[in-house]
Amino acid sequence: MPLVDLKVWRGDDNGEYISYLVEYDEGEVILDVVHRLQSTDAQDLAVRWNCKAGKCGSCSAEVNGKPSLMCMQRMVNFTPGEEIIISPMKTFPLIKDLVTDVSWNYENARKVPAFSPKKVDTDGKHRMQQVDIERGQEFHQCIECYLCQDVCHVIRDHPENKDNFVGPRFFVQIASVNMHPLESASQKPSALYGFGLDYCNITKCCTEVCPAGIKITDNAIIPLKERLVDDKYDPVRWLGRIISKGKSGK
Amino acid sequence: MVSQNTQTESLFNRYAKTLRKDRWWLEPLLVGVGLFIFVMYSTVSAALLGNYWPYEIGPYVSPFFEPLFYTDILPKWVSPAIFILWAPLSFRMTCYYYRRAYYRSYFLSPPACAVQEPADSYSGESTVPLVVQNIHRFSMYGALIFVPILWNGAIRSFYWDGEIGIGIGSVLLLINAFLLSGYTFGCHSFRHLIGGGLNSFTGSKYQLFRKKIWNIVTVINSHHKYWAWSSLIVVGLSDLYVHMVASEWITDINTWNSFF
Repeated sequence: MPLVDLKVWRGDDNGEYISYLVEYDEGEVILDVVHRLQSTDAQDLAVRWNCKAGKCGSCSAEVNGKPSLMCMQRMVNFTPGEEIIISPMKTFPLIKDLVTDVSWNYENARKVPAFSPKKVDTDGKHRMQQVDIERGQEFHQCIECYLCQDVCHVIRDHPENKDNFVGPRFFVQIASVNMHPLESASQKPSALYGFGLDYCNITKCCTEVCPAGIKITDNAIIPLKERLVDDKYDPVRWLGRIISKGKSGK
Repeated sequence: MVSQNTQTESLFNRYAKTLRKDRWWLEPLLVGVGLFIFVMYSTVSAALLGNYWPYEIGPYVSPFFEPLFYTDILPKWVSPAIFILWAPLSFRMTCYYYRRAYYRSYFLSPPACAVQEPADSYSGESTVPLVVQNIHRFSMYGALIFVPILWNGAIRSFYWDGEIGIGIGSVLLLINAFLLSGYTFGCHSFRHLIGGGLNSFTGSKYQLFRKKIWNIVTVINSHHKYWAWSSLIVVGLSDLYVHMVASEWITDINTWNSFF
Protein backbone atom coordinates (compact mmCIF):
# COMPACT_ATOMS: atom_id res chain seq x y z
CA MET A 1 0.00 0.00 0.00
CA PRO A 2 1.25 3.52 -0.74
CA LEU A 3 2.06 5.89 2.10
CA VAL A 4 0.74 9.35 2.74
CA ASP A 5 2.40 12.00 4.88
CA LEU A 6 -0.42 13.00 7.19
CA LYS A 7 0.26 16.12 9.21
CA VAL A 8 -2.35 16.36 11.96
CA TRP A 9 -2.96 18.99 14.60
CA ARG A 10 -2.49 17.39 18.04
CA GLY A 11 -3.48 18.84 21.38
CA ASP A 12 -5.31 22.00 22.33
CA ASP A 13 -4.50 25.62 21.46
CA ASN A 14 -0.97 25.01 22.68
CA GLY A 15 -0.61 21.89 20.56
CA GLU A 16 1.30 21.35 17.35
CA TYR A 17 1.22 19.58 14.02
CA ILE A 18 2.67 16.08 14.05
CA SER A 19 3.51 14.23 10.86
CA TYR A 20 2.68 10.55 10.42
CA LEU A 21 3.36 8.26 7.51
CA VAL A 22 0.18 6.26 7.03
CA GLU A 23 -0.74 3.59 4.52
CA TYR A 24 -3.76 4.16 2.33
CA ASP A 25 -5.72 2.65 -0.47
CA GLU A 26 -6.80 4.55 -3.57
CA GLY A 27 -10.48 3.96 -2.92
CA GLU A 28 -10.34 5.42 0.57
CA VAL A 29 -11.23 8.85 1.87
CA ILE A 30 -9.25 11.02 4.31
CA LEU A 31 -11.42 9.85 7.20
CA ASP A 32 -10.43 6.21 6.49
CA VAL A 33 -6.78 7.16 6.75
CA VAL A 34 -7.40 9.12 9.94
CA HIS A 35 -9.11 6.03 11.37
CA ARG A 36 -6.11 3.90 10.39
CA LEU A 37 -3.86 6.37 12.18
CA GLN A 38 -6.17 6.31 15.19
CA SER A 39 -6.08 2.52 15.35
CA THR A 40 -2.28 2.38 15.22
CA ASP A 41 0.13 5.18 16.04
CA ALA A 42 -2.20 7.80 17.49
CA GLN A 43 -4.74 5.89 19.51
CA ASP A 44 -5.62 8.95 21.57
CA LEU A 45 -6.40 11.06 18.49
CA ALA A 46 -9.71 12.85 18.99
CA VAL A 47 -11.87 13.01 15.87
CA ARG A 48 -15.62 13.45 15.56
CA TRP A 49 -17.39 11.33 12.95
CA ASN A 50 -20.56 9.37 12.41
CA CYS A 51 -22.07 8.41 9.04
CA LYS A 52 -19.02 8.46 6.72
CA ALA A 53 -21.38 9.30 3.87
CA GLY A 54 -21.48 13.09 3.80
CA LYS A 55 -24.86 13.22 5.48
CA CYS A 56 -24.30 13.74 9.20
CA GLY A 57 -21.92 16.71 9.09
CA SER A 58 -19.78 15.39 11.97
CA CYS A 59 -16.31 15.06 10.43
CA SER A 60 -15.86 18.71 9.48
CA ALA A 61 -12.23 19.79 9.45
CA GLU A 62 -9.77 21.61 7.23
CA VAL A 63 -7.86 19.56 4.69
CA ASN A 64 -4.87 21.42 3.23
CA GLY A 65 -6.44 24.61 4.55
CA LYS A 66 -9.85 24.08 2.93
CA PRO A 67 -12.88 23.50 5.14
CA SER A 68 -14.35 20.16 4.13
CA LEU A 69 -15.86 16.91 5.34
CA MET A 70 -13.08 14.36 5.80
CA CYS A 71 -15.40 11.61 4.60
CA MET A 72 -15.87 13.36 1.24
CA GLN A 73 -12.20 13.88 0.42
CA ARG A 74 -11.05 11.00 -1.78
CA MET A 75 -7.45 9.88 -1.54
CA VAL A 76 -7.34 9.39 -5.31
CA ASN A 77 -7.37 13.17 -5.61
CA PHE A 78 -4.00 13.43 -3.85
CA THR A 79 -0.67 12.44 -5.35
CA PRO A 80 1.20 9.54 -3.66
CA GLY A 81 3.64 10.82 -1.07
CA GLU A 82 1.93 14.20 -0.90
CA GLU A 83 1.81 15.87 2.49
CA ILE A 84 -1.80 16.36 3.62
CA ILE A 85 -2.39 18.83 6.44
CA ILE A 86 -5.45 18.16 8.59
CA SER A 87 -6.52 20.90 10.98
CA PRO A 88 -9.54 21.44 13.22
CA MET A 89 -12.07 24.11 12.18
CA LYS A 90 -10.42 27.42 12.93
CA THR A 91 -13.54 29.45 13.75
CA PHE A 92 -14.57 27.46 16.82
CA PRO A 93 -12.80 26.93 20.16
CA LEU A 94 -10.56 23.89 20.02
CA ILE A 95 -11.24 21.06 22.48
CA LYS A 96 -8.61 18.57 21.39
CA ASP A 97 -6.93 17.46 18.15
CA LEU A 98 -9.61 17.68 15.45
CA VAL A 99 -12.57 18.26 17.74
CA THR A 100 -13.95 21.76 18.23
CA ASP A 101 -16.69 23.22 20.41
CA VAL A 102 -19.50 24.22 18.03
CA SER A 103 -21.99 25.20 20.73
CA TRP A 104 -21.99 28.84 19.52
CA ASN A 105 -24.10 27.54 16.65
CA TYR A 106 -26.66 26.05 19.02
CA GLU A 107 -26.98 29.42 20.74
CA ASN A 108 -27.65 31.04 17.37
CA ALA A 109 -30.22 28.37 16.55
CA ARG A 110 -32.20 29.62 19.54
CA LYS A 111 -31.98 33.23 18.36
CA VAL A 112 -33.47 32.85 14.89
CA PRO A 113 -37.26 33.04 14.52
CA ALA A 114 -39.21 29.81 14.63
CA PHE A 115 -41.91 28.93 12.11
CA SER A 116 -45.13 30.71 12.95
CA PRO A 117 -47.88 29.54 10.58
CA LYS A 118 -50.88 31.53 9.42
CA LYS A 119 -54.35 30.64 10.64
CA VAL A 120 -55.79 27.40 9.30
CA ASP A 121 -58.43 27.38 6.55
CA THR A 122 -62.11 27.12 7.53
CA ASP A 123 -61.94 23.32 7.35
CA GLY A 124 -59.13 23.34 9.89
CA LYS A 125 -56.36 22.55 7.42
CA HIS A 126 -53.28 24.30 6.09
CA ARG A 127 -52.84 24.23 2.33
CA MET A 128 -49.79 24.98 0.23
CA GLN A 129 -48.66 24.10 -3.26
CA GLN A 130 -45.47 22.26 -4.21
CA VAL A 131 -44.44 25.19 -6.40
CA ASP A 132 -44.46 27.42 -3.32
CA ILE A 133 -42.27 25.27 -1.09
CA GLU A 134 -39.60 24.30 -3.62
CA ARG A 135 -37.29 27.07 -2.51
CA GLY A 136 -37.45 25.98 1.11
CA GLN A 137 -36.70 22.38 0.21
CA GLU A 138 -33.24 23.37 -0.98
CA PHE A 139 -32.55 24.85 2.47
CA HIS A 140 -33.71 21.67 4.19
CA GLN A 141 -30.74 19.84 2.64
CA CYS A 142 -28.50 21.44 5.27
CA ILE A 143 -26.64 18.81 7.32
CA GLU A 144 -25.35 21.30 9.91
CA CYS A 145 -21.70 20.53 9.33
CA TYR A 146 -20.98 24.22 10.06
CA LEU A 147 -18.34 24.41 7.34
CA CYS A 148 -20.06 27.56 6.06
CA GLN A 149 -19.72 29.07 9.52
CA ASP A 150 -16.09 27.97 9.68
CA VAL A 151 -15.11 29.53 6.35
CA CYS A 152 -17.04 32.78 6.82
CA HIS A 153 -14.37 35.46 7.25
CA VAL A 154 -16.77 37.69 9.24
CA ILE A 155 -16.25 35.44 12.26
CA ARG A 156 -13.25 33.36 11.17
CA ASP A 157 -10.94 36.38 11.03
CA HIS A 158 -12.95 38.61 13.40
CA PRO A 159 -14.30 36.56 16.32
CA GLU A 160 -15.50 39.79 17.95
CA ASN A 161 -18.38 39.76 15.44
CA LYS A 162 -19.83 36.58 16.91
CA ASP A 163 -22.23 38.57 19.07
CA ASN A 164 -23.74 40.43 16.10
CA PHE A 165 -23.67 37.86 13.33
CA VAL A 166 -25.41 34.50 13.25
CA GLY A 167 -23.58 33.22 10.16
CA PRO A 168 -24.57 31.66 6.83
CA ARG A 169 -26.05 28.48 8.29
CA PHE A 170 -28.62 30.53 10.16
CA PHE A 171 -29.31 32.84 7.25
CA VAL A 172 -30.36 29.65 5.49
CA GLN A 173 -32.60 28.84 8.46
CA ILE A 174 -34.08 32.35 8.48
CA ALA A 175 -34.68 32.19 4.71
CA SER A 176 -36.35 28.83 5.07
CA VAL A 177 -38.85 30.31 7.54
CA ASN A 178 -39.16 33.76 5.98
CA MET A 179 -39.94 32.42 2.49
CA HIS A 180 -42.37 29.77 3.66
CA PRO A 181 -45.80 30.22 2.03
CA LEU A 182 -47.60 29.69 5.35
CA GLU A 183 -45.33 31.87 7.46
CA SER A 184 -47.02 34.81 9.13
CA ALA A 185 -44.90 36.50 11.81
CA SER A 186 -41.63 36.84 9.94
CA GLN A 187 -43.30 38.50 6.95
CA LYS A 188 -42.68 41.76 8.76
CA PRO A 189 -39.33 43.29 7.74
CA SER A 190 -38.45 43.72 11.42
CA ALA A 191 -38.07 39.93 11.57
CA LEU A 192 -34.90 40.22 9.45
CA TYR A 193 -33.05 42.78 11.55
CA GLY A 194 -30.57 41.94 14.26
CA PHE A 195 -28.90 38.91 12.72
CA GLY A 196 -26.01 40.66 10.99
CA LEU A 197 -27.10 40.26 7.37
CA ASP A 198 -25.32 43.50 6.51
CA TYR A 199 -22.00 42.08 7.73
CA CYS A 200 -22.00 39.64 4.81
CA ASN A 201 -20.04 41.01 1.85
CA ILE A 202 -21.10 38.31 -0.61
CA THR A 203 -17.74 36.62 -1.04
CA LYS A 204 -19.57 33.33 -1.49
CA CYS A 205 -17.15 31.14 0.48
CA CYS A 206 -20.09 29.56 2.31
CA THR A 207 -21.53 28.41 -1.02
CA GLU A 208 -18.14 27.11 -2.17
CA VAL A 209 -17.68 24.81 0.84
CA CYS A 210 -21.28 23.60 1.31
CA PRO A 211 -21.20 19.79 0.93
CA ALA A 212 -24.98 19.75 0.42
CA GLY A 213 -24.66 22.03 -2.60
CA ILE A 214 -26.98 24.71 -1.21
CA LYS A 215 -26.56 27.99 -3.04
CA ILE A 216 -26.40 29.83 0.26
CA THR A 217 -25.45 33.24 -1.10
CA ASP A 218 -27.64 33.38 -4.20
CA ASN A 219 -30.74 31.73 -2.78
CA ALA A 220 -30.71 32.66 0.91
CA ILE A 221 -28.47 35.59 1.81
CA ILE A 222 -28.97 37.88 -1.20
CA PRO A 223 -32.77 37.35 -1.28
CA LEU A 224 -32.90 38.23 2.44
CA LYS A 225 -30.76 41.32 1.82
CA GLU A 226 -33.13 42.27 -0.99
CA ARG A 227 -36.10 41.95 1.37
CA LEU A 228 -34.38 44.43 3.67
CA VAL A 229 -33.74 46.72 0.69
CA ASP A 230 -37.50 46.58 -0.04
CA ASP A 231 -38.04 47.95 3.43
CA LYS A 232 -35.45 50.72 3.45
CA TYR A 233 -33.79 51.51 0.14
CA ASP A 234 -36.21 51.02 -2.77
CA PRO A 235 -37.14 54.43 -4.29
CA VAL A 236 -40.30 53.09 -5.95
CA ARG A 237 -41.57 51.72 -2.66
CA TRP A 238 -40.72 55.01 -0.95
CA LEU A 239 -42.88 56.77 -3.50
CA GLY A 240 -45.66 54.19 -3.05
CA ARG A 241 -45.63 54.69 0.70
CA ILE A 242 -45.74 58.49 0.35
CA ILE A 243 -48.69 58.27 -2.07
CA SER A 244 -50.59 55.81 0.11
CA LYS A 245 -49.99 58.02 3.17
CA GLY A 246 -51.25 61.02 1.20
CA LYS A 247 -54.40 59.19 0.17
CA SER A 248 -55.14 58.03 3.69
CA GLY A 249 -54.54 61.60 4.92
CA LYS A 250 -52.08 60.55 7.63
CA MET B 1 2.00 -0.80 8.91
CA VAL B 2 2.32 2.78 10.09
CA SER B 3 5.50 4.65 10.74
CA GLN B 4 5.60 7.92 12.63
CA ASN B 5 7.62 10.92 11.64
CA THR B 6 8.45 12.77 14.80
CA GLN B 7 8.89 16.06 12.97
CA THR B 8 6.82 18.69 14.72
CA GLU B 9 6.12 22.23 13.82
CA SER B 10 5.28 25.39 15.65
CA LEU B 11 1.97 26.82 16.72
CA PHE B 12 2.40 29.38 13.96
CA ASN B 13 1.13 26.92 11.38
CA ARG B 14 -2.32 26.76 12.90
CA TYR B 15 -2.68 30.51 12.65
CA ALA B 16 -0.76 31.04 9.44
CA LYS B 17 -2.44 33.17 6.84
CA THR B 18 -3.52 30.03 5.06
CA LEU B 19 -2.70 26.39 4.80
CA ARG B 20 -4.11 26.18 1.30
CA LYS B 21 -1.70 24.69 -1.21
CA ASP B 22 -3.62 25.44 -4.40
CA ARG B 23 -3.20 28.59 -6.47
CA TRP B 24 -5.88 30.48 -4.54
CA TRP B 25 -4.25 33.80 -5.45
CA LEU B 26 -4.73 33.35 -9.19
CA GLU B 27 -8.44 34.26 -9.39
CA PRO B 28 -8.26 37.49 -7.33
CA LEU B 29 -5.14 38.47 -9.26
CA LEU B 30 -6.71 37.99 -12.70
CA VAL B 31 -9.95 39.64 -11.61
CA GLY B 32 -8.07 42.58 -10.10
CA VAL B 33 -5.98 43.10 -13.24
CA GLY B 34 -9.04 42.73 -15.51
CA LEU B 35 -11.09 45.27 -13.57
CA PHE B 36 -8.15 47.66 -13.40
CA ILE B 37 -7.65 47.54 -17.18
CA PHE B 38 -11.35 48.20 -17.82
CA VAL B 39 -11.59 51.06 -15.32
CA MET B 40 -8.45 52.71 -16.74
CA TYR B 41 -9.57 52.29 -20.34
CA SER B 42 -13.13 53.53 -19.77
CA THR B 43 -11.90 56.52 -17.74
CA VAL B 44 -9.54 57.57 -20.51
CA SER B 45 -11.95 56.83 -23.36
CA ALA B 46 -15.21 58.14 -21.95
CA ALA B 47 -14.23 60.76 -19.40
CA LEU B 48 -10.83 62.22 -20.28
CA LEU B 49 -10.80 62.03 -24.08
CA GLY B 50 -14.59 62.51 -24.42
CA ASN B 51 -14.96 65.14 -27.10
CA TYR B 52 -11.36 64.82 -28.29
CA TRP B 53 -11.64 61.26 -29.66
CA PRO B 54 -14.47 60.71 -32.19
CA TYR B 55 -17.08 58.30 -30.84
CA GLU B 56 -19.56 58.09 -33.73
CA ILE B 57 -19.20 57.18 -37.36
CA GLY B 58 -21.87 56.32 -39.88
CA PRO B 59 -24.60 54.37 -38.10
CA TYR B 60 -22.30 53.47 -35.19
CA VAL B 61 -22.27 55.21 -31.83
CA SER B 62 -20.02 54.00 -29.03
CA PRO B 63 -22.14 52.43 -26.24
CA PHE B 64 -20.38 54.75 -23.76
CA PHE B 65 -22.05 57.69 -25.56
CA GLU B 66 -25.44 56.16 -26.44
CA PRO B 67 -27.82 58.06 -26.59
CA LEU B 68 -26.02 61.04 -28.10
CA PHE B 69 -26.14 64.30 -26.20
CA TYR B 70 -25.32 67.36 -28.23
CA THR B 71 -24.96 70.48 -26.17
CA ASP B 72 -23.07 73.71 -26.63
CA ILE B 73 -23.68 74.81 -23.08
CA LEU B 74 -20.94 72.70 -21.54
CA PRO B 75 -17.23 73.28 -22.24
CA LYS B 76 -15.52 70.88 -24.64
CA TRP B 77 -13.57 69.15 -21.90
CA VAL B 78 -16.80 67.90 -20.32
CA SER B 79 -17.49 64.52 -21.87
CA PRO B 80 -21.10 63.76 -22.89
CA ALA B 81 -20.52 60.26 -21.51
CA ILE B 82 -21.06 61.60 -18.00
CA PHE B 83 -24.79 61.81 -18.78
CA ILE B 84 -24.82 58.11 -19.48
CA LEU B 85 -22.13 56.34 -17.47
CA TRP B 86 -23.59 57.15 -14.04
CA ALA B 87 -26.13 54.37 -14.57
CA PRO B 88 -23.94 51.43 -15.69
CA LEU B 89 -21.12 52.54 -13.40
CA SER B 90 -23.20 52.59 -10.21
CA PHE B 91 -25.00 49.42 -11.33
CA ARG B 92 -21.75 47.52 -11.76
CA MET B 93 -20.07 49.01 -8.70
CA THR B 94 -22.89 47.82 -6.43
CA CYS B 95 -23.60 44.55 -8.29
CA TYR B 96 -23.45 41.51 -6.00
CA TYR B 97 -20.98 39.77 -8.32
CA TYR B 98 -18.62 42.72 -8.65
CA ARG B 99 -18.78 43.31 -4.90
CA ARG B 100 -17.48 39.76 -4.40
CA ALA B 101 -14.83 40.37 -7.06
CA TYR B 102 -13.37 43.62 -5.78
CA TYR B 103 -13.76 42.80 -2.10
CA ARG B 104 -11.51 39.84 -2.79
CA SER B 105 -9.08 41.46 -5.22
CA TYR B 106 -8.67 44.97 -3.80
CA PHE B 107 -9.95 44.93 -0.20
CA LEU B 108 -8.51 41.42 0.43
CA SER B 109 -11.63 40.86 2.49
CA PRO B 110 -10.85 38.00 2.25
CA PRO B 111 -8.46 37.44 -0.68
CA ALA B 112 -9.82 33.89 -1.02
CA CYS B 113 -11.80 31.42 1.06
CA ALA B 114 -9.99 30.36 4.25
CA VAL B 115 -7.20 32.83 3.61
CA GLN B 116 -6.84 35.28 6.46
CA GLU B 117 -7.67 38.87 5.66
CA PRO B 118 -5.17 41.48 6.80
CA ALA B 119 -7.63 43.99 8.35
CA ASP B 120 -7.81 44.13 12.15
CA SER B 121 -11.52 44.84 12.29
CA TYR B 122 -14.51 44.30 10.05
CA SER B 123 -18.06 45.61 9.97
CA GLY B 124 -18.94 44.73 6.37
CA GLU B 125 -21.75 46.67 4.80
CA SER B 126 -23.31 47.58 8.14
CA THR B 127 -21.60 50.97 8.44
CA VAL B 128 -20.49 53.93 6.33
CA PRO B 129 -19.07 53.82 3.68
CA LEU B 130 -20.07 50.33 2.52
CA VAL B 131 -23.69 50.73 3.60
CA VAL B 132 -23.92 52.72 0.34
CA GLN B 133 -23.96 49.38 -1.51
CA ASN B 134 -27.69 49.39 -0.79
CA ILE B 135 -28.21 51.87 -3.63
CA HIS B 136 -28.06 48.86 -5.94
CA ARG B 137 -31.85 48.94 -6.27
CA PHE B 138 -31.69 52.59 -7.38
CA SER B 139 -28.97 51.87 -9.91
CA MET B 140 -30.81 48.83 -11.24
CA TYR B 141 -33.78 51.02 -12.13
CA GLY B 142 -31.30 53.36 -13.88
CA ALA B 143 -29.67 50.48 -15.77
CA LEU B 144 -33.08 49.22 -16.94
CA ILE B 145 -33.64 52.54 -18.72
CA PHE B 146 -30.47 52.04 -20.75
CA VAL B 147 -31.31 48.55 -22.03
CA PRO B 148 -33.84 49.73 -24.67
CA ILE B 149 -31.57 52.67 -25.49
CA LEU B 150 -28.71 50.30 -26.30
CA TRP B 151 -30.99 48.06 -28.35
CA ASN B 152 -32.12 51.12 -30.25
CA GLY B 153 -28.49 51.99 -31.00
CA ALA B 154 -27.75 48.40 -32.04
CA ILE B 155 -30.75 48.17 -34.41
CA ARG B 156 -30.00 51.62 -35.82
CA SER B 157 -26.49 50.48 -36.66
CA PHE B 158 -27.95 48.24 -39.40
CA TYR B 159 -29.34 51.24 -41.27
CA TRP B 160 -27.20 53.86 -43.00
CA ASP B 161 -27.67 56.29 -45.85
CA GLY B 162 -31.16 55.00 -46.65
CA GLU B 163 -30.01 51.38 -46.88
CA ILE B 164 -30.29 48.39 -44.57
CA GLY B 165 -26.89 46.73 -44.27
CA ILE B 166 -24.49 45.07 -41.91
CA GLY B 167 -20.97 45.72 -40.74
CA ILE B 168 -18.62 44.42 -38.07
CA GLY B 169 -19.62 47.41 -35.97
CA SER B 170 -23.33 46.57 -36.16
CA VAL B 171 -22.66 42.98 -35.15
CA LEU B 172 -20.54 44.15 -32.21
CA LEU B 173 -23.20 46.60 -31.04
CA LEU B 174 -25.87 43.91 -31.34
CA ILE B 175 -23.82 41.45 -29.25
CA ASN B 176 -23.19 44.25 -26.77
CA ALA B 177 -26.92 44.97 -26.37
CA PHE B 178 -27.63 41.25 -25.95
CA LEU B 179 -24.94 40.73 -23.29
CA LEU B 180 -25.89 43.87 -21.36
CA SER B 181 -29.52 42.70 -21.39
CA GLY B 182 -28.48 39.31 -20.02
CA TYR B 183 -26.39 41.00 -17.34
CA THR B 184 -29.15 43.45 -16.36
CA PHE B 185 -32.07 41.01 -16.43
CA GLY B 186 -30.03 38.36 -14.63
CA CYS B 187 -29.25 40.75 -11.78
CA HIS B 188 -30.07 39.51 -8.25
CA SER B 189 -32.08 42.64 -7.56
CA PHE B 190 -34.19 42.17 -10.71
CA ARG B 191 -34.65 38.50 -9.78
CA HIS B 192 -36.02 39.60 -6.43
CA LEU B 193 -38.37 42.18 -7.93
CA ILE B 194 -39.75 39.89 -10.59
CA GLY B 195 -40.75 37.14 -8.18
CA GLY B 196 -38.19 36.43 -5.48
CA GLY B 197 -39.97 38.70 -3.04
CA LEU B 198 -43.12 36.57 -3.18
CA ASN B 199 -43.71 33.70 -0.78
CA SER B 200 -46.57 32.25 -2.75
CA PHE B 201 -46.77 31.97 -6.52
CA THR B 202 -50.20 30.40 -6.62
CA GLY B 203 -52.50 33.12 -5.30
CA SER B 204 -53.39 34.44 -8.76
CA LYS B 205 -52.59 34.07 -12.46
CA TYR B 206 -50.40 37.15 -12.19
CA GLN B 207 -48.31 35.51 -9.45
CA LEU B 208 -48.02 32.33 -11.51
CA PHE B 209 -46.85 34.42 -14.45
CA ARG B 210 -44.24 36.06 -12.23
CA LYS B 211 -43.08 32.61 -11.13
CA LYS B 212 -42.50 31.63 -14.78
CA ILE B 213 -40.47 34.77 -15.41
CA TRP B 214 -38.63 34.23 -12.10
CA ASN B 215 -37.64 30.73 -13.27
CA ILE B 216 -36.11 32.17 -16.45
CA VAL B 217 -34.36 34.97 -14.56
CA THR B 218 -33.01 32.40 -12.08
CA VAL B 219 -31.36 30.47 -14.93
CA ILE B 220 -29.81 33.67 -16.30
CA ASN B 221 -28.79 34.71 -12.78
CA SER B 222 -26.98 31.43 -12.13
CA HIS B 223 -24.40 32.55 -14.74
CA HIS B 224 -24.28 36.16 -13.55
CA LYS B 225 -20.49 36.13 -13.32
CA TYR B 226 -20.15 35.20 -16.99
CA TRP B 227 -22.71 37.79 -18.08
CA ALA B 228 -20.84 40.38 -16.01
CA TRP B 229 -17.48 39.66 -17.62
CA SER B 230 -18.63 39.08 -21.18
CA SER B 231 -20.72 42.26 -21.20
CA LEU B 232 -17.86 44.24 -19.64
CA ILE B 233 -15.33 43.04 -22.23
CA VAL B 234 -17.66 43.50 -25.21
CA VAL B 235 -18.80 47.00 -24.18
CA GLY B 236 -15.14 48.03 -23.94
CA LEU B 237 -14.28 46.42 -27.28
CA SER B 238 -17.33 48.01 -28.97
CA ASP B 239 -16.26 51.43 -27.73
CA LEU B 240 -12.68 50.88 -28.90
CA TYR B 241 -13.84 49.61 -32.28
CA VAL B 242 -16.09 52.62 -32.97
CA HIS B 243 -13.29 55.00 -31.90
CA MET B 244 -10.80 53.25 -34.19
CA VAL B 245 -13.13 53.28 -37.20
CA ALA B 246 -14.13 56.91 -36.55
CA SER B 247 -10.47 57.90 -36.27
CA GLU B 248 -9.76 56.09 -39.57
CA TRP B 249 -7.21 53.84 -37.86
CA ILE B 250 -9.03 50.81 -39.25
CA THR B 251 -11.65 50.27 -41.92
CA ASP B 252 -14.98 48.73 -41.00
CA ILE B 253 -15.97 45.82 -43.24
CA ASN B 254 -19.60 46.44 -44.18
CA THR B 255 -22.15 46.42 -46.98
CA TRP B 256 -22.23 50.21 -47.32
CA ASN B 257 -18.68 50.52 -48.69
CA SER B 258 -17.75 53.73 -46.87
CA PHE B 259 -18.97 56.13 -44.20
CA PHE B 260 -16.86 59.03 -45.44
